[in-house]
Amino acid sequence: MFARILALVIKEFLALLRDKSSRAVLIGPPLIQLLVFGYGATFDLNHIPYAVYNQDSGFTSRELLGRFQGSSAFRQTAIVHNENQLATVINTQKALLVLHIGPQFTRDLLQHRPAPVQIIIDGRNSNTATLALNDVNSVLLAFDRNWADRYHWGKPPAQLDIRAWFNPNLLSRWFIVPGIVALLTLVVTLLVTGLSVAREREQGTFDQLLVTPLTPTEILIGKAIPGFVIGGMEAAFIALVAVFWFGVPLIGSLLALGLGLMLFLFAAIGIGLMISSLAVTQQQGLLGVFLFLVPAIILSGFATPIANMPSPVQDLTYLNPMRYFLVILRGVFLEGDGLGTLWTQYWPLAIIGLTSMLAASWLFRHRLA
Amino acid sequence: MNRQRLTGLIHKEFLQIRRDPSAIAIAFLLPVVLLFLFGYGVSLNAEHVPIGVVVEQPSPQSSSFVAGLQQSRYFQPRFYNSIQDARKAMMQRQVDGILWLRGPFTRTLLRGDTAQVGVFVNGVDANNARLVEGYLQGVWQNWLEQRAKASGTRLRVPIQPEARIWFNPSLRSRDYLVPGLIAVIMTLIGALLTALVVAREWERGTMEALMASPVSMGEILLGKLIPYFVLGMGGMLFSVALAIGLFAVPLQGNFFVLLFFSALFLLAALGMGLLISSVARNQFVAGQVAIIVTFLPAFILSGFIFDIQSMPAPIAFMTHIIPARYFVTILQTIFLAGDIWPLFLGNGLALLLMALFFLGLTWKRSRKRLD
Repeated sequence: MFARILALVIKEFLALLRDKSSRAVLIGPPLIQLLVFGYGATFDLNHIPYAVYNQDSGFTSRELLGRFQGSSAFRQTAIVHNENQLATVINTQKALLVLHIGPQFTRDLLQHRPAPVQIIIDGRNSNTATLALNDVNSVLLAFDRNWADRYHWGKPPAQLDIRAWFNPNLLSRWFIVPGIVALLTLVVTLLVTGLSVAREREQGTFDQLLVTPLTPTEILIGKAIPGFVIGGMEAAFIALVAVFWFGVPLIGSLLALGLGLMLFLFAAIGIGLMISSLAVTQQQGLLGVFLFLVPAIILSGFATPIANMPSPVQDLTYLNPMRYFLVILRGVFLEGDGLGTLWTQYWPLAIIGLTSMLAASWLFRHRLA
Repeated sequence: MNRQRLTGLIHKEFLQIRRDPSAIAIAFLLPVVLLFLFGYGVSLNAEHVPIGVVVEQPSPQSSSFVAGLQQSRYFQPRFYNSIQDARKAMMQRQVDGILWLRGPFTRTLLRGDTAQVGVFVNGVDANNARLVEGYLQGVWQNWLEQRAKASGTRLRVPIQPEARIWFNPSLRSRDYLVPGLIAVIMTLIGALLTALVVAREWERGTMEALMASPVSMGEILLGKLIPYFVLGMGGMLFSVALAIGLFAVPLQGNFFVLLFFSALFLLAALGMGLLISSVARNQFVAGQVAIIVTFLPAFILSGFIFDIQSMPAPIAFMTHIIPARYFVTILQTIFLAGDIWPLFLGNGLALLLMALFFLGLTWKRSRKRLD
């Protein structure tokens, strides 16, 4: 039995790797995606373009604006002199925000009166707008603290001392790059397993396979193993790139990561084989993979938090193997998790894997008849 | 160019679309699935964030601080007796942050000094952590104001920031995601579907049969362009209807202007799809290439979710060769801000050039040859 399965596995690898273009598809795209995602997928704002509308001629407004000019988070792109120009600058996206300082600014402050600063911000991208407003506020707060100290405005009764755990500089790359391990492993594994049976059907070699002494279960195992090997290698490679190229820390237990990867591959292959045994042509297989992948990625917490989704959608994510693997990856990479803290993620993965494998083998046998 | 031959080809293409369930799925099922997923599933607005609260010595002052947290829709406080318990809860991912009012909080405050309030946030999801920090700052500022009001004075901080958020005052992330999604959906129909069908024609050998017939190469190309243009515009109208009707995204600009730029973008996407299929004449490879060079960039590098200005300079520069980038800008503007012509002209010109470039290149590459 093992000899038969081994022969089939070797044949599968040859079929996958001998064709130049399908070999390229397994190696090239994941690499490109890794780089594009790793560099492009970021929420971190730097060099926020802003414009200044300063009607105050005093030194205070200059001091305040100096703080913005000195900050690497901001980049001044325009100076406006009236409301019309202000609208144009925002409308045409020359600046994300305009700082409007009124004519009374210095006088108000010197007379111990609170002085308003208007921040007009482009809300077209609501996330960017929220983050930029936070950044503006922290510059204003720093100015406040300094000014209050110098001119005896009194101290605020309390002050927040904020620290971030696990990712002290709040780099979104540390969040996104470990997620790419799950994303690309899922894509590659599904492509390898999801198209394998369909390709044989299309080329007519599936009938030949059926008349060999291989049992349906053996065929299924033979189809599963290449996905396991290729997916595992791909994941290990991306994890290495994450650590050594992107500089993401990996502080948890490698054993916990390995176990998570095994279970995740098990679940992904089960789903891939299910798609494969349903598809008659490669195009249908590809479409099936795509129709599963897109929701699986979006509802996994890869880019946006699951906690923000409406609760029926949140319940749906419990069926998604990527959800659990993302927690495992980020836990091991950033939070230093080990086997003990992650078992709540392991068992759902195991159940999803087992169910999808059983379903795949049932579908497989029944599509034969 | 022969009218009868062309209509024959177009008729054949529509028959194929109707008969193949997978083409219909890409054109109609996928837009619905994507719109529902993004409309309902993707939100960058954090609400009810679970936050651990530790009050070491309860007092009226600490209660008023915590009350602000309880009233905020952004937070869902959970109380812990000691910082150790709260830390444990954060390690187990039960809370996303901790607010720690230490023992001397009330004493320091009453003495007239500044009390330090310890805040820890889970920084793994950096974007979310930043939003949570911002919301916490808001709670704190509210508390300061209320405290000042209660003691009969106005809050005396030097600068009073007044934020005016244009175009999307409630900062709903859905309002910017759904318009951008239309670009992604049209890329799928225009580039992925077109690349697949032409590659299939090559794979099955029916392209050879077409070439042996009297139709010219131009007719073959137009015979592909027109049906998928119609399908793509159908998908776009459908998406716009869902965006406005179901997701209540406002359309501030002119509908016909939207239609015009969509058509321009669709031509560029179709050009890319045809070009890909003339290079990769097998469905598997054409599908992969289309996903890599059209779908993923439209998703990641177009400004649809991730702001282009946040990207490192070389990547931000690279986005200029992605048609979806220009279309996403137009879409977000036309839906949320209205008709801003200076912005449309530049981006529209870029779209026009790209459509001409891709279609021209396809035209040049397409000869009646089999190699």
